Amino acid sequence: MKNVFGFLISVALGIFIILALANTDAFPAFGDVDLTERISNAYLDINNVEQVGSANLVTAIVVGYRGFDTLGEVTVLFISALGVAFIFGGVKQKRLDLDFKPNFMLRVGSNILFGIILVTSFYIILHGHLTPGGGFPGGAIIASAVLLLYLADDRFRSNVKGFKVLEGVAGSIFVVIGLLGLVFATAFLENFLPAGTVGNLISAGIIPVIYVLIGLKVGSEIAGIVDNFLTEEESA
Amino acid sequence: MIQYAAIILFVFGIYGLFTNRNVIKMIVSLNIMEIGLNIFIISIGYVGGGSLAPIISSTQDLGLIYVDPLPQALVLTAIVIGVGTTALGLAIAKSIFNTYHTFELDEMEESA
Amino acid sequence: MTFYDIISIVVGVLLLGIAFMAINAKRLINSVLFLSALSMLAVVSFVLLKAPDVAITEAVIGSGLVTALFVFTLLSVRGRESQ
Repeated sequence: MKNVFGFLISVALGIFIILALANTDAFPAFGDVDLTERISNAYLDINNVEQVGSANLVTAIVVGYRGFDTLGEVTVLFISALGVAFIFGGVKQKRLDLDFKPNFMLRVGSNILFGIILVTSFYIILHGHLTPGGGFPGGAIIASAVLLLYLADDRFRSNVKGFKVLEGVAGSIFVVIGLLGLVFATAFLENFLPAGTVGNLISAGIIPVIYVLIGLKVGSEIAGIVDNFLTEEESA
Repeated sequence: MIQYAAIILFVFGIYGLFTNRNVIKMIVSLNIMEIGLNIFIISIGYVGGGSLAPIISSTQDLGLIYVDPLPQALVLTAIVIGVGTTALGLAIAKSIFNTYHTFELDEMEESA
Repeated sequence: MTFYDIISIVVGVLLLGIAFMAINAKRLINSVLFLSALSMLAVVSFVLLKAPDVAITEAVIGSGLVTALFVFTLLSVRGRESQ
């Protein structure tokens, strides 16, 4: 009975959404988008691209045009990591018992792989303004590397305090760079370094700097979440 | 075509929230809703006809068509928020389990 | 009917089928693994929609980290159900 009721409500909602969205001005048919009527036309303007200096327009929007949004967004991630740490909180903590015992080869091999994954993540973060990628996926790859060490070694615990310090320092430098924009230019988070040539590694002013900080912050936050999920209280 | 699949995916998520009485399954349903919504937001920025990803390859005007970068920037941050909210939901689910020793909402009401 | 349309239809049908199986799976671990497969297909659809940044992020987070968090939650409670 409950399933039928839920099914009917879901079908009605789906029909309502599709009818409401069909070919209105806000949601044109798939593929028939006219960008000249949208705000993105200004982002795609070649003069604005040269002024910002970032070849990847998504990065230009995330860190450049909407940098203040991104500051709030990493704050939301920080608060959710704080909530996870609060719920799992406890004084005496130990590693969750996994059923397998990793052997010597697995441990050494995963230590070598850890370095390779870390180098890949820094490549992705540093080239965020040139190629697809950037701070958010790069930070998640850092957290994946830490997760690999947790899975390959049943006694491993990452240095949680070090991650917390790294996260706090990265977030603080982000805000300080924003305030420097207020000093050297006119607005918070304004780009006060020269934009350079589009396509060079050292270009786009403060965008790569901020993306590196975002990468470190996201990586340490998600690594902290992973650590919280793999520990439990001693008495339980 | 993917646009309609995304809307139906969102509706599937709502159906899962209605019918499942298991905490983990409800979080899975929320994740399915999130994926559908992300695909839909990306799809309203898609420009047909040989368009390119929004990465500038040349500063000369070659008549290249790029897709809308703004929805992609919004979804990029939404995905990272999604892992935070999912982790928080799973933490709450684990602490529910530690109290009631079950994930099923019906059994919780019986034992309470 | 171009190649792009055919791929779009295949990916869309697979998305819906796997989402249905994820919602209606009997065991929790199957549901979680179907969610991981759904994330992987979402990556394909992001690539089809010309969004490589979002595709990389979803590939790392959706199919890797979120699945790991679900599996750890299920691992930590195994063998402790009340009945």
